[in-house]
Amino acid sequence: MPVTCSCCGEKRAVLKRPKTGHSLCKECFFRTFEEEVHQTIVSAKLFNQGETVAIGASGGKDSTVLAHVLKVLNERYDYGLKLLLLSVDEGITGYRDDSLETVKRNQQQYELPLKIVSYEELYGWTMDAIVKQVGMKNNCTFCGVFRRQALDRGAMMLKVDKICTGHNADDVAETVLMNFLRGDISRLRRCTAISTTSEGEGLVPRCKPLKYAYEKEIVLYAYFKKLDYFSTECIYSPNAYRGHARAFLKDLEAIRPSAIMDIIHSGENLSFREGVKMPMPGSCSRCGYISSQTLCKSCVLLEGLNRGLPKLGIGKHHRLHGKILAQQPLSEQEERRLKAADF
Amino acid sequence: MCQVDEEYSGLIRSKPSPISYKKCVKCKHGSAVLTIRSGDGFSFKLQLGPFEQYFYFVLQGLSHDASKKLRFIPGIIYVDEGGAIGLSTEERKKTISQLEDIFQNTSYPYHIVPFEEIFRLPASVLETMRPTSDHSVSSYKWAVAQFTQDIRTGQSRESRDPSLEDCFSGLDTRDWSQKLPPSADHTEALKLLFASVKTLTAKEDLLQTLRLHLILYVARQAGYTKIMVGDSCSRLAVKLLSSIALGRGAALAMDTGFSDPRYDDVIIVRPMRDYSSKEIAFYNRMFSVPSVFSPSLDTMAPDKASIQRLTETFLTKLQTDFPSTVSTIYRTSEKLHTAHPPQSSDAHPAARCLLCLCALDTTADDCSALHATLQSEWLSQNRGRGNSPVASGPNSAPDQCCSSVRGCATSVGGGGGGSCCSSSNQMPVSSDLMALLCYSCRLTIKDMATVATLPQYVVTEADRRKRR
Repeated sequence: MPVTCSCCGEKRAVLKRPKTGHSLCKECFFRTFEEEVHQTIVSAKLFNQGETVAIGASGGKDSTVLAHVLKVLNERYDYGLKLLLLSVDEGITGYRDDSLETVKRNQQQYELPLKIVSYEELYGWTMDAIVKQVGMKNNCTFCGVFRRQALDRGAMMLKVDKICTGHNADDVAETVLMNFLRGDISRLRRCTAISTTSEGEGLVPRCKPLKYAYEKEIVLYAYFKKLDYFSTECIYSPNAYRGHARAFLKDLEAIRPSAIMDIIHSGENLSFREGVKMPMPGSCSRCGYISSQTLCKSCVLLEGLNRGLPKLGIGKHHRLHGKILAQQPLSEQEERRLKAADF
Repeated sequence: MCQVDEEYSGLIRSKPSPISYKKCVKCKHGSAVLTIRSGDGFSFKLQLGPFEQYFYFVLQGLSHDASKKLRFIPGIIYVDEGGAIGLSTEERKKTISQLEDIFQNTSYPYHIVPFEEIFRLPASVLETMRPTSDHSVSSYKWAVAQFTQDIRTGQSRESRDPSLEDCFSGLDTRDWSQKLPPSADHTEALKLLFASVKTLTAKEDLLQTLRLHLILYVARQAGYTKIMVGDSCSRLAVKLLSSIALGRGAALAMDTGFSDPRYDDVIIVRPMRDYSSKEIAFYNRMFSVPSVFSPSLDTMAPDKASIQRLTETFLTKLQTDFPSTVSTIYRTSEKLHTAHPPQSSDAHPAARCLLCLCALDTTADDCSALHATLQSEWLSQNRGRGNSPVASGPNSAPDQCCSSVRGCATSVGGGGGGSCCSSSNQMPVSSDLMALLCYSCRLTIKDMATVATLPQYVVTEADRRKRR
């Protein structure tokens, strides 16, 4: 016997919502999904009338759904936002070049302006070149640090007021777990925030309108809407530790589907002892980007690449910052430790 | 009454430094000597159940070394959960007789309490007692003065607070040492209770919560002001991570801290939290500490049977790949503190969870995981309303609506000011109950087929709070 939609009670249900367990028909699912994102945007006061908002677009399911939903909601509820797509080209052959093609198609489908910033133009290095020097290990560190800054730089070039990213509930829950496992208190404190203010993570405020949307529902939404998205894993080594957290989260979700929201709830309600040291935000003395050290992470990584010492930015080498700033050579012993491991 | 506090601080100081501890792991001869030292505080310790079974036992004090002698007389509380797990009467009797042998050798008072006793608990166990000490300097001084006076009058043993006895004078006082077997009715009720819980995750959570109530009651009856539990850092790491997954983030510090003040008059302390389960196992082996194995709810269960179980498996595996996992998690927990300090809840006694007695974490603002979930549930089952609830004031409408679906903490008083849309009242029985619970306890109760099987004291106290 076909199950009827628990919302309209008429049409046949096509899916069971992973988030609540209700069976819904296609139309009701679209409506509730969009409505929930709208509720998140309104209750968290993510946008103001007339703002220019860049959508961090990778061509993947999350950012494609985000771009689609934001465009729909912007028209439906008259947010008065000027939306545009912002993509980062890491320079990964066989991965990013293909996904950027998707973004370019999205640009036409949604009629939104698109800006692509590439690692090559910003840093003079593509990820392919970095991996050639660094190897398969630790290259995610470079990519992650550079992407964060690349998005900000792109956003500043476009003079946008806000960046929104496609992080979903699964991503947030996974980050809570991972930061907890790593004991990273300052990130644990920040990671559940739906938006960052300018003194937080980057220079341009960021927000996650899909923070409470389950990954599974995003996939279903993209599937039923027949959205054009790109789904391939990055060809370079995935982050092993995050992989553990992800696998654990999936198992938890299988046992109790609400676990994802429960973890976010936990993260939102954690509070920390007074007097736990938090890094003080400052700015990088070389590029001016926000940094808790004298040099920002991406400048250190870049310096390491340019000096042929890729490990300079991996781990903690704050003591060497003075030497880097003064353009002094490192001692032989220091150099030996920071060279790429021989294979 | 607080003299025991003093003793604990002594214990903490006598802890071996991490460096000497490392040495002792490396060299076997050294280890024995150092362990004896660290063991001074707990000259004799019971580790029941070698397979990480939850057993709440009271650690033993009184060293042979007179200079560090502990000056309190401990008692042992053992909760026999056989009825909840479904063990036969013979199995339970066998375990208890083994335990009694061990307990008798200690010559300390002991209380073997069948889990069935939860059906005879008074509702007062869930009431918030007046806070006896606010940990200020003056109260500390008072406690010290009280202690020295106690010594002089020679009543240091299990010093009972006379005012505490007043609290209990109205209750029916039972002698736990009567060792009456639990009545068949209660065993049946216990079976029904656990059968009505649909998931192992919720079963484990409920067992733990109700057991604490029982221990709390026994402790109050016997006049104990501290409950020591044997949580090791390995177990606490599992508890921390599973608590996160169960939505207990707000209560994390209380659940796992060195001292847990949520019951006000009885404080739960975890003196073993600096030791790993491995160290404890070694200690027990070297000193031939007797132990008894007894199965628990998840014994023999598959790895993915419950969230708690999954977390344990996950952490054990992660620990082998990344050996610092447990200690990192454990150190993270030390940087946490309770979201809503219990002292402040004095003015609003209703703002505590009915079951776990932690401050309610359900009064979150509009942009929160709780609110988003309620919103999703509401949107998924309300037809025809279209966009109206959203369009008509997004900040106020959902609040009123959700209180009818699951009960918002904000409308504990009921009614909710008339504008409440009385749509789907799915769970008329438990929606009232839900309002009295914290986020995580709601999840547990949600996994129950019926709340009619809950022990009477929970229902009575819920009614009392609702009337307030």
